[in-house]
Amino acid sequence: MRIVVAKPGLDGHDRGAKVVARALRDAGHEVIYTGLRRTPAQIVATVRDEDARFLGLSSLSGAHGHLFPTICQLLKDEGLDDVVVFGGGIIPDADRPALHDAGMRAIFGPGTSTEAISAFVAEASARDDAGVGAEGGWIWEA
Amino acid sequence: MDAGALAARFEAARAGSRRDLARLLTDVEDGRISSTELLGTQRAEGRSIAITGPPGVGKSCFIDHLLRAHAERDDPVALLAVDPSSALSGGALLGDRIRLTSPDDEALAQRIYVRSVATRRSSGSIPSVLGDLVRVLHGCGWPLVVIETVGAGQSEVRCAAVADRIVLMEGPARGDAVQAEKAGLLELADLVLVNKADLDGAERHAAELRDSLALDGPDPPEVLLMSAQTGLGLPEALRSLRTLEARPGSERARARERLANAAEARLVRHEDYEGILARIANGNLAPEEAVEVIWRGG
Repeated sequence: MRIVVAKPGLDGHDRGAKVVARALRDAGHEVIYTGLRRTPAQIVATVRDEDARFLGLSSLSGAHGHLFPTICQLLKDEGLDDVVVFGGGIIPDADRPALHDAGMRAIFGPGTSTEAISAFVAEASARDDAGVGAEGGWIWEA
Repeated sequence: MDAGALAARFEAARAGSRRDLARLLTDVEDGRISSTELLGTQRAEGRSIAITGPPGVGKSCFIDHLLRAHAERDDPVALLAVDPSSALSGGALLGDRIRLTSPDDEALAQRIYVRSVATRRSSGSIPSVLGDLVRVLHGCGWPLVVIETVGAGQSEVRCAAVADRIVLMEGPARGDAVQAEKAGLLELADLVLVNKADLDGAERHAAELRDSLALDGPDPPEVLLMSAQTGLGLPEALRSLRTLEARPGSERARARERLANAAEARLVRHEDYEGILARIANGNLAPEEAVEVIWRGG
């Protein structure tokens, strides 16, 4: 599976993104890491050009409520409805429903095992309602 | 995927849809379709340049300048950035984009296409896949394709041999020129760039490379000093790339690598490849016999 792992916005903390990228590689995936401080448009262009099936977003700056839905909308605008989007970082429970509504299928907080993320990728790959633009609102439950 | 849908995807990619181009390249990469099936036997118009060299010498940084220079002249340019897959998991971490700033420049983004390519498990077949990707890009309106590959190890050298021209990038204090020679890259190179010329040891290393190349015969490749960081010698390096001719010696070395590529691709794509491996492993078949079987198409 081709997976883009991205750090949107002004947030320099990439330890989490790198750990996830490495774990996904070790699970047999091809992981494209964008590096720090990318704009939503740059991230979506990378997903498009690399033909990634998954996009993992990491944010620890508190800007997830703005950046993540913006990226989801841009993906749909580009016709990339079938890309599966998941997120991680410091994301309060109260903020999650809005992100799920935007089309994100999983939000992983601190303490998540890398196995859980691999299991999510495996299940989402097998479903046809996991894309960012899919109707039905499937959400991954650990 | 049926022929109609594929034709539509190809048409869309030619008309400029990046999404369709990206998906078409995945079809080729995953072996669902070959460039010949897509384009016929006609040769698509275009050039390809491989930039190769040891890890950390500044290939990505130089390529960023190269992409920018082309895009600024309104010329479309595509980059295939090759990184190794893990032999253990089959996965790969593809991080070449981190050092590229030109594709993020909104004024240039339309004319720059960057694609990360993993060598995957059967590294013997990646060079032929790469050749296919280059032809499909040419066929979709990307006349210049740059291939970035680490110049260490047989399969990476063969990735470089897919390109029409090969540029070897070296850095200062790389030890003696024997290191470059060992990898078999010097004889393939049409141009040698010694990067980080702002640091000590670059000039000495360039001199060693020139000495070593002079021993190889007539028509040695040019050795240029440059610094992708400070811009020293960069305009000359880019200019030299624009008009780069293949050396007669490098043509032959490249042909040899391409022939080996084709042979190896046929080997790893054989329908009973795994079975043949198992029989060799348990002593029921000699490798030489196996080659005979595969060659005869049995």
